Amino acid sequence: MPEQTMTLEVFRYQPDEEEHPRYQNYEVPYREDWVVLDALNYIKDEIDGTLSYRWSCRMGVCGSCGMMVNGDPKLTCATFLRDYYPSAIRVEPLNYFPVIRDLIINMEDFLHKLDDVQAWLIPNQEKGVEEGEYLQSPAELAHFKQFSMCINCMLCYAACPVYGHSQEFLGPAAIALAQRYNLDSRDGAAESRAEVIFQDVGIWECTFVGDCSRVCPKKVDPAGAIQQAKVTHTKQFMKELLTPWGNR
Amino acid sequence: MAKSNEPLFWSLFSAGGVVAAFFVPVTLILTGIAVPAGWITEHDLLLLVRHPLTRLYLFVLISLPLFHWAHRFRYVAADLGLKVLGVALPIVCYGAAILGTAVAAYVLARL
Repeated sequence: MPEQTMTLEVFRYQPDEEEHPRYQNYEVPYREDWVVLDALNYIKDEIDGTLSYRWSCRMGVCGSCGMMVNGDPKLTCATFLRDYYPSAIRVEPLNYFPVIRDLIINMEDFLHKLDDVQAWLIPNQEKGVEEGEYLQSPAELAHFKQFSMCINCMLCYAACPVYGHSQEFLGPAAIALAQRYNLDSRDGAAESRAEVIFQDVGIWECTFVGDCSRVCPKKVDPAGAIQQAKVTHTKQFMKELLTPWGNR
Repeated sequence: MAKSNEPLFWSLFSAGGVVAAFFVPVTLILTGIAVPAGWITEHDLLLLVRHPLTRLYLFVLISLPLFHWAHRFRYVAADLGLKVLGVALPIVCYGAAILGTAVAAYVLARL
C-alpha cells in the first residue's frame, strides 16, 4: 500500500535572501500519532534543512513551539495531524509579532512586558535563610495556582485582537502573571505592579473578547485575571473617590 | 505613568448591564404583556408611574443602560478603527448617555 501523505503549507521568510515572505508546500508522511511539530522535524531532517522554527520539550511544557495552525494559535507539539487529515495544514508564525525568519518570531516585546509587571515574587519582608521558608496554606495557594500554570508560549497574544491593534497593550499573559504574584500571600508588591497594570494600556485596553482564554493550552484563563484586576482597580478607585481624606 | 480613569466608566457600564439584565424583562412584562392582556389597566399603570419611587426606578432603568451602551459602543467603534478620533469618541458616547439621562430626568419630573 502506498504511504499516506499530507501537505504542509509553511510560511517561509528569509530576510537575508528574499524581500517578501512566501508559502512553501511540503509533502510529509501521514502518521496517526504525529503532531505538527513531528511533521516540521521531518521536513527539516529529510526535505529542507533551511526551515527555521523554535521547539524544545515536545511535551507542552516549554512553550516554545507556538505557531498559527490553520489560523489558530497552537502549540505544534500538541496539535495532531489526524485532526486535519486529509486536508492541507497551513503553518505560520504567531500573529502580531515581528518575524525574524520563517516561523521564528521576535519575542522582545513580551519579555519587556514581563519585566514591566515584575512577574516574580517580591516578598513583603526579605527573610534570612536561618528564618526558614515563606509558609503558605493550600487555601492561599489555591488563590493563584491556576495563573501560575502559564508557560509564556504567547498563544494568547497571537489570539488577542486588542494586541493586534496596539502593541502598547500589556496583554493577557503579562497581566495574568501580575495577578498570579499579586494574589500570592508571600508577595508584597501589588502596589508597584498597580502603577503598570492599572494604566489605560494595562487592563483597561481589554475589551473582553476572551480568545486568550480559549487558546491557552494550560487553561490559565487570562481573561478572568484581567476582569479580576479590573474589579480590584475599580474598588480602589471608588474608595479614593468617595473618601479623598483616606488617601494619605 | 498615570493610572486610568476607566473604573468610573466601567462601573457605570457594569451597573447598566446588571440593571438591563434584571429589570428590563420585568418592565417589558408589565408594559408589553400585562397591560395588553388586561391584567393591569392603563389607568393603574399611569398611577404607578406617577409614584416617586417608580419614577426613580425608571430613571435608573433608563440612565444606567445608556452608559452601558455608551461604553460598549465606544469600544466597538474603537475596534472598527474609530480610535483615530481620539478623545472625541468617548466624549460623543458618554455625552449621548449624559444627554439621555438629562432628558429622562426632565420627562420623568413632568409626568
